[in-house]
Amino acid sequence: MGYMTIDGMRVEFTDEKNILSVIRKAGIDMPTLCYHSELSIYGACRMCTVEDDKGKTFASCSEQPRDGLVIYTNTPRLMRYRKIILELLLAAHNRDCTTCNKNGICKLQDLAHKMRIHYVRFRDTRPVRPLDMSSPAIVRDPNKCILCGDCVRVCADTQGINAIDFAYRGTEAIVTPAFNKKLAETNCVNCGQCRVVCPTGAISIKTNMEPVWDALADPNTIVVAQVAPAVRVALGDLLGIPKGENVMGKLVNVLHRMGFDEVYDTTYGADLTVLEEGKEFLERLSSGEKLPLFTSCCPAWVKFLETKYPELKDHLSTCRSPMQMFGAVIREYYRDPERNGGKKLVSVAIMPCTAKKEEILRPESTTNGVQDVDYVLTTAELAGMIHMTGVLFDELEMEAADVPFGIGSGAGVIFGVTGGVTEAVMRTLQPGHDRSGMTAIKTSGVRGADEVKEFTFPYNGRDIRIAVVNGLANADRLIKRIKAGEAEYDFVEVMACRRGCVMGGGQPTGAGPRTRAARMKGLYDTDVNTQIKKSNDNPMVMSLYQGLLKGKEHRLLHRNFAAAEEKSKN
Amino acid sequence: MRLENRTELTLLREQWREKRENEKIRVLICGGTGCLAGGSQKLFERMTELCAGAKNVEIEFGPEVAHIGVKKSGCHGFCEMGPLVRVEPYNYLYLKVQLADCDEIFHETVLRGRPVERLMYHTGGRIYAAQEDIPFYARQTRLVLKNCGHVDAEHIGEALAVGAYESLEKALFEMTPQAVIDTVLRSKLRGRGGAGFPTGRKWQQVAEQPETTRYVVCNGDEGDPGAFMDRSVMEGDPHRMIEGMMIAAYAVGAQEGYIYVRAEYPLAIERLRIAIRQAEELGLLGDRILGTDFSFRLHINRGAGAFVCGEGSALTASIEGKRGMPRVKPPRTVEQGLWGKPTVLNNVETFANVPMIIKNGADWYRSIGTPDSPGTKAFALTGNVKNTGLIEVPMGITLREVIFDIGGGIRGGKAFKAVQIGGPSGGCLTEAQLDAKLDFDSLKRIGAMIGSGGMVVMDEDTCMVEVARFFMSFTQRESCGKCVPCREGTKRMLEILERIVGGTAEPGDLDELLEIADVVQNTALCGLGQSAPKPVLSTIRAFREEYNEHIVNKRCPAGVCQKLLRYRIDPEKCRGCSKCARNCPVGAISGQIKSPFTIDPDKCVKCGTCRDNCAFGAIYVE
Repeated sequence: MGYMTIDGMRVEFTDEKNILSVIRKAGIDMPTLCYHSELSIYGACRMCTVEDDKGKTFASCSEQPRDGLVIYTNTPRLMRYRKIILELLLAAHNRDCTTCNKNGICKLQDLAHKMRIHYVRFRDTRPVRPLDMSSPAIVRDPNKCILCGDCVRVCADTQGINAIDFAYRGTEAIVTPAFNKKLAETNCVNCGQCRVVCPTGAISIKTNMEPVWDALADPNTIVVAQVAPAVRVALGDLLGIPKGENVMGKLVNVLHRMGFDEVYDTTYGADLTVLEEGKEFLERLSSGEKLPLFTSCCPAWVKFLETKYPELKDHLSTCRSPMQMFGAVIREYYRDPERNGGKKLVSVAIMPCTAKKEEILRPESTTNGVQDVDYVLTTAELAGMIHMTGVLFDELEMEAADVPFGIGSGAGVIFGVTGGVTEAVMRTLQPGHDRSGMTAIKTSGVRGADEVKEFTFPYNGRDIRIAVVNGLANADRLIKRIKAGEAEYDFVEVMACRRGCVMGGGQPTGAGPRTRAARMKGLYDTDVNTQIKKSNDNPMVMSLYQGLLKGKEHRLLHRNFAAAEEKSKN
Repeated sequence: MRLENRTELTLLREQWREKRENEKIRVLICGGTGCLAGGSQKLFERMTELCAGAKNVEIEFGPEVAHIGVKKSGCHGFCEMGPLVRVEPYNYLYLKVQLADCDEIFHETVLRGRPVERLMYHTGGRIYAAQEDIPFYARQTRLVLKNCGHVDAEHIGEALAVGAYESLEKALFEMTPQAVIDTVLRSKLRGRGGAGFPTGRKWQQVAEQPETTRYVVCNGDEGDPGAFMDRSVMEGDPHRMIEGMMIAAYAVGAQEGYIYVRAEYPLAIERLRIAIRQAEELGLLGDRILGTDFSFRLHINRGAGAFVCGEGSALTASIEGKRGMPRVKPPRTVEQGLWGKPTVLNNVETFANVPMIIKNGADWYRSIGTPDSPGTKAFALTGNVKNTGLIEVPMGITLREVIFDIGGGIRGGKAFKAVQIGGPSGGCLTEAQLDAKLDFDSLKRIGAMIGSGGMVVMDEDTCMVEVARFFMSFTQRESCGKCVPCREGTKRMLEILERIVGGTAEPGDLDELLEIADVVQNTALCGLGQSAPKPVLSTIRAFREEYNEHIVNKRCPAGVCQKLLRYRIDPEKCRGCSKCARNCPVGAISGQIKSPFTIDPDKCVKCGTCRDNCAFGAIYVE
């Protein structure tokens, strides 16, 4: 608590952790390339350098606010420093901006423009390095890396994976997996958070736009889309819609116009998941075995657990993720010649997530030897495809998703937020529909952006012990506590990305605190506006159990472990 | 044998003292890295053999009358003249000793006490028999290096005999931890690693941290090119430094310590290992030392030889097994250092100063050196001086005294041009600054720094632009690559310097060099980056004309920069013999027999063959 003088203005500070935050609070958009409020302070880009009244320069990200401090942020000297630093960075950066995946949304490009850098006097003398295309989810282009370390820190700090780090010294320094391995050969879980924080085009999504365009144009295919909950509150970011606004209606419209034959809502798949996982949980609860139950919706988390804690694999729910359940159902549905009209089904999932691209390729994501979902498009890719069509998205009319899989419950839609899966299961477990019961769930501790939430929920005369975690590093710490006997739970929900799927690795980048909150609110608001609050109240889901699913629940809705085992044998 | 209390240590020390005194003759063969490279191990083996074979002679501490000790000592410092052999009690110092000289040394000096004059230092017609009279040594004040070269570096008994662990005893049994800190505070000891931060203050800050797990870390990374002060202490007197670390640990309440040594110092690591093992065997390291509540364990951590790992936070990261990269501060190392705990991090020389301060008191220490920089400083004196080697001088001595009195002046009768002090982080000083005092603050005032103690003397044949380029290429290579100004800025500075020495620089290049230097100096994350431009800035300041000669006239006044040399034939001297033309590998020389020849500068590759072959001295370099 105190006052600082910034460029002659008296600015109050309270609990800001560094001078940079105070400067930004004062309305100055101090440029940075390596600062993220949710990551550890790195201090490498030096763009936020300021000077005090004695002419001493220092990086404002790495100093604490002090009462009485007098600093200047924009003296000619500082501007000269910033320009030269940028110029130095640009000189060691592939500047094919027009063909870059980040063109127009690149932080480096943006700063170069803001600082009015029109000429780079130094030549790029670095050798051209090959791209790493090995991962099904992520592409790394070392030629565009500016070594800000954001990816390294998010992978280490937030996710606890450490798949990439710095190697070599000086100008030879690069970010790479250990021993220069390919990303696909590492323990990378494909969460894509590295891509979210990357300020340049050095880390991008492995795109599937081309085969989807081809399928859409092929008269012999029937192309079906399913759209995950979190997509609808983030897609608008790139299409001129206010942050967090649910654009599902326009999205269905544009997908139809692009040539998708049917557009379904993954919320429906989420409802299936709630019912299956709820059943499984109650079984385990009564037998007392394999507790806590770990949710299995998040493929990054599943891969993390299987890789790092294989001995706990049995604790994972055997349920497929909503996308996979739904994918299996769609494929089964279109097996009927009357429905497919002799055409080949192409099943496309539109997801906020890069790990989903790896999930569809897993052996357990198949039914009868056929891959359930053909392609995953991320929100960011879909925005690109919409841009390519030239359709003015914000002017589109709204359309409803197609029957019979177009209806989802409010419980299904909040899957996109941390705690959503748990809340959905709680709703199903709780009998009745009275308002007080819903309020009790809402206020149980399941909601909010906290990284770890622990609470209990009464069920059948006992307290169910629940933990809701987001961020794999938090999950790692929780597992360590469970293993050490320091914590005991019945139900554990884990989402790899902070705040859940709304901040997934395939979402539009550049989301600040306001956007993050708006996306979460967007989904909760959708839930509020949905009449069906519980998954088991979704009539379309219940009729599926009576019809198509009858006798096939296990085969279609649970992971195909036989295929996984087969694969591991070979 | 484990020493259970103070009395047992005192008794053991007395035993070793007695044994040492029983040695009527001691032959100390330098086992420092330099002399070992010169073959001193063979000398040691031969002398041992000779002494062992002699009648009535027992090696080590035999019961017979004629006791001779043959010791492998630490560095004597006069590396220029190595391998060195010192024979006590006569204090004869033999220089450049060869295997063939051993017999003579044994028969003349060991058996008869007679000097071998041809192996002694001589200058100006005078022969210096005693080591202490040689000018190189006479002007020094060897306190930290006192035992280096005078005791067996691989035997704790020898160290005990000359007083090792006496100060630890005093601290443990006669002083409170706070009293130790107060003494160090009052002594005004400042860190010898470069920045000169008051050591006592550092210790006090660590002692005041609420976290009770604390560490003591010794920085033995010594990365400056040409510097080897710390190596010599670790090799020659490891117990002095270990004792200093233990006193620090006692003062701040640490139970564990780490010595971070670069892996390129295998001998230092070996000697430290031996020293630690021997101290552990005696219970001087370990639990409940000498029966007190003080416990201390010491680990050696080898560094991969990255210059940046001398920076505190990079060093602790490296010990933790992480990549050696500096992090932002705060928190400082005293708050969150090794493993995130409060840490005392000092360098080898600083710790080596501590025992004598505790033993002799703060007032005694302050009587040496200057009021604000008390004590001595070790320097690695290298370059174009007559006597290169390891020296220790009181703070406040002038550069002139060091270079001309101790160093013996410039080699080969050349003129002094500059002295580079402080390594890649330091600056170049010129003739005009020769009377500057060597202490932390005086040097800072004139734009240099004492650094860790590297001192490179340069004569008139040195190109200052090339010197700047050399240091810049060093820091550029050693940058960790974390922050942009250091990683990219030093690269671009190096490029400009390479253009200047390569003859392709343009008039604006000097300004651009200064502009980038300004950015790097003021925005880099750690000390390595911030000080990287210093060699460039200080040489531009003092030798701007030389830079301009390179840039504008494409001439290197010192005749160093290959690409700028122009070979010419003096028509007055040339007899037209055609020898040069016949020997020129690229056919750049042509002419008529018996009339002056000429060199085509476009073809000439500046190999110098013509000049070497000319019988008339007609070819010169412009």
